[in-house]
Amino acid sequence: MVRTLYGSRIRSQATFRTSFLADLLGQLLVVSTEFLELWVILTQVSTLGGMTLTQVAVVYGLGALAFGIGDILFGEIDGLSTQIKSGKLETLLIRPVPVLLQISSLDLSLRRIGRIVVGLAMYVTALVLAGFQPTAATLLLAVLAPLAGALLFGALFTVAGALQFWLVDGREFANAFTYGGNYVATTPGAVFALPLRAFFTFVIPATLIAYAPTLTLLELPGPALIPAWAGWLGLPAAIVAWLLAGLLWRAGIRRYTGAGG
Amino acid sequence: MNLPEQSSTHSARLAVELVRLRRDYVVRSPVAGSRRRRRQVVRAVDDVTLRIDRGETVGFVGANGAGKSTTIKMMTGILQPTSGAVRVLGRDPVPERRHLAREIGVVFGQRSQLWWDLPLRDSYRILGAMHRLTDRAREQRLERLAAGLDLGGFLDRPVRQLSLGQRMRGEVAAALLHSPELVVLDEPTIGLDMVSKEGLRRFLREDRAERGTTLFLTTHDMGDVERLCNRIVVVNSGTVAYDGALDSFRERLGAPRELVVDLEEPLDVLTLPTAAHTLAVEAGGIRHRIAFSGAELTVPTLLTAIGSQAAVRDLSLSEPAIEDLVRQIYSRGGRL
Repeated sequence: MVRTLYGSRIRSQATFRTSFLADLLGQLLVVSTEFLELWVILTQVSTLGGMTLTQVAVVYGLGALAFGIGDILFGEIDGLSTQIKSGKLETLLIRPVPVLLQISSLDLSLRRIGRIVVGLAMYVTALVLAGFQPTAATLLLAVLAPLAGALLFGALFTVAGALQFWLVDGREFANAFTYGGNYVATTPGAVFALPLRAFFTFVIPATLIAYAPTLTLLELPGPALIPAWAGWLGLPAAIVAWLLAGLLWRAGIRRYTGAGG
Repeated sequence: MNLPEQSSTHSARLAVELVRLRRDYVVRSPVAGSRRRRRQVVRAVDDVTLRIDRGETVGFVGANGAGKSTTIKMMTGILQPTSGAVRVLGRDPVPERRHLAREIGVVFGQRSQLWWDLPLRDSYRILGAMHRLTDRAREQRLERLAAGLDLGGFLDRPVRQLSLGQRMRGEVAAALLHSPELVVLDEPTIGLDMVSKEGLRRFLREDRAERGTTLFLTTHDMGDVERLCNRIVVVNSGTVAYDGALDSFRERLGAPRELVVDLEEPLDVLTLPTAAHTLAVEAGGIRHRIAFSGAELTVPTLLTAIGSQAAVRDLSLSEPAIEDLVRQIYSRGGRL
């Protein structure tokens, strides 16, 4: 069933080819511009948060890859308020399938694949250039990190969506955490002041998505609060985040069917 | 949400059981000159009690804001009642929402549940997968639905390119694909032309005759009720104003259909069958307004009777509006 759901989305987008190509190009441009910004900074200073350009590129590529996968799978959940307002949510509630699964497959946007392509290319290239010495463990981490990061972003999107059961126009507020989380994830965590770094490690674990794994992979010493072994914390953090997201989502559905209007 | 003891043995036969059902909405509205907002409780459904046997067809009618949609939402598990009990096919809708979804089919006339950028056929493939139908079972059922609802011509066209009538038939097929025991239709014929309406009604009758489905529909169109339902429930301000067989409803309200004929030559009096009577004679005997009961008299019979007395130049037929009937009920103090 899951295959039918997602398969149908892919087919429907294949019907709008010009629009798909335009979106894809736009995505490539956005991702490249974002990295250009980091590159410009690094032409002025030799290191950013203790990292060289290639090392920053690893962080950026890994963050973009994780966000890309999370966005393509769960990116539509934060548009929940639109579904509530148009009444679409009610048609989802009368089907025998979890609403979360229906929404995430509802608008699976293939054009978001652009971010994944750029992220993956940058991640692999930069890792090689930065002198990555693979052992069995670090190779596993290199593969696991983007997936754990994608799960973390997915949980963030779900939290952002669930919040909209309470905040009718909550998309902008919620995006501060999802897209804000993306910005933090693609930046070396050491550049942030300590309180901010703590917030984005322990509350919204964005630094655990790309920065911490990069430290572990490249055997770099971490700043305060983010030791090198923190690179392995992505998956546990993702699991905790999903538990919270799941609870919040269920409470949201219960609120909608209960007191909400 | 416990039901009274005596009804538990009975409720197995019931498709729908609503007992003293009530639903409040909390509305917060701004107060002039104050930063605080006033909290206001609006009662959408107030004390609705309704028992529907399996196999019945019930027309649930009332003006806008009478509480029809809210009642449907409580029956389908989308909303939790504020108080009272609701059982649908023996289940408690909110906690058992997804179970119930396998056994009921719902059409929200105003909202599409089809995938608008996919060919119509693909929507059924997805819904079939959601309801865990085998490919064979789905194709067989779809063949039956396509024949009955005349979908064949546009099954492969994207939903966004369908006309309203085509889309509505597609929606009904989507709700019936998993052969539900209870079919809930919220304004199924809204915006449709006469031909589409009749086609849709004909198929709903056929499908019900074949499978013994329970049918529950809300409508503004008396024609839907006349042709589909054997029982009518009128709601007003969230309470049941009338509940009974359609025949007695019509009988007590008199002759609700109206025929207007323009004659070639003026005539003062037309002799009419007993089930019809003249409401008014206008334009010096040219135009006659005749009220008649649709249950006892068909239009051709009536026309034949008129035609034997005078030549008819033009005619028009009007169905009674639900709103008028409801108003009539209320002008009698809420009782028939």
